[in-house]
Amino acid sequence: MVGILLVSHSAKLVEGLDELLKQVVGDVSIVTAGGDEDGNIGTHFDKIQAAVEEAGSGDDGALVFYDLGSAKMNAEMAIEVVESEDVRLVSYPIVEGSYLAAVEASIGKSLDDILASLEKEFG
Amino acid sequence: MQLTVEDTIQWLKQFNDRLSEQKDYLSQLDRAIGDGDHGINMARGFQQVAEGLDGDFDEVSDVLKKTATTVMSKVGGASGPLYGTAFLKMSMECKGKDVDAAVLADMVEAALGGIKQRGKSEEGEKTMIDVWAPVLGTLQEEDFDAERLKQTAEEAMQKTEDMTATKGRASYFKEKSQGHLDPGAVSSYYLFAELADVIGKGA
Repeated sequence: MVGILLVSHSAKLVEGLDELLKQVVGDVSIVTAGGDEDGNIGTHFDKIQAAVEEAGSGDDGALVFYDLGSAKMNAEMAIEVVESEDVRLVSYPIVEGSYLAAVEASIGKSLDDILASLEKEFG
Repeated sequence: MQLTVEDTIQWLKQFNDRLSEQKDYLSQLDRAIGDGDHGINMARGFQQVAEGLDGDFDEVSDVLKKTATTVMSKVGGASGPLYGTAFLKMSMECKGKDVDAAVLADMVEAALGGIKQRGKSEEGEKTMIDVWAPVLGTLQEEDFDAERLKQTAEEAMQKTEDMTATKGRASYFKEKSQGHLDPGAVSSYYLFAELADVIGKGA
């Protein structure tokens, strides 16, 4: 199943989103990286890198959603460092985008199919 | 001009001291148009850099590579990836080379390219690039001296005050970002002012 990674400046934001997605979709693999190393507002490369490794450890790849600029930059750099081709960073709305991706992942869609759906809906 | 391993370590230690002194000022600048964490993030990260510089290094490239990895994981925010990329590109550019004026210019050119690519940004957008680009211009002149390097960086930093931010968190403030110095431009000025100081002392 395609995994979902949520990267945010706020731990609470991604915890809440994780809760929301699991409540509606149920069986879906979600990893979160929220806040800095102390859990305060911010982004932290090591934490995001560990999350990219975890999300990309499955066989079907993962999609990475982010909230604001430095979350994007850190996630990009982490994906480069981990060198995982099946982990893709996407610039779609984090709530609606991850919701659509979670639904499609749960019904067994492939990474490319989900990317196509996201582009059709939000591109 | 010849920048040795010792000079490079001295440069980074002086930069750390400057960041530590100016931490509150940088955060105050960042609170005006950003999220207010630039001073604390930079000071915390470069403190770790400075503490890691006591080992043995074979060449300047190794010092910069160690700096890059520490900055990426310890600075945080947008500055971690941006400064981390800059130091990594500088390290790659001077690998196996003695750092003279021409190599230094190539290093800053590589770093600037990395910052632009990482931040998807260009000159004139009220960012650190607005210091790095003019500094590169000065370093590419054949007869630059330390004083002119410092002066170029300082003037470039001051010019960000009147610019309108179109990249980063400050861009949400649009024209309200005018009248404030860009914190990343100010920390970049400190970086080059301390480099100029080390070069001026005979590097």
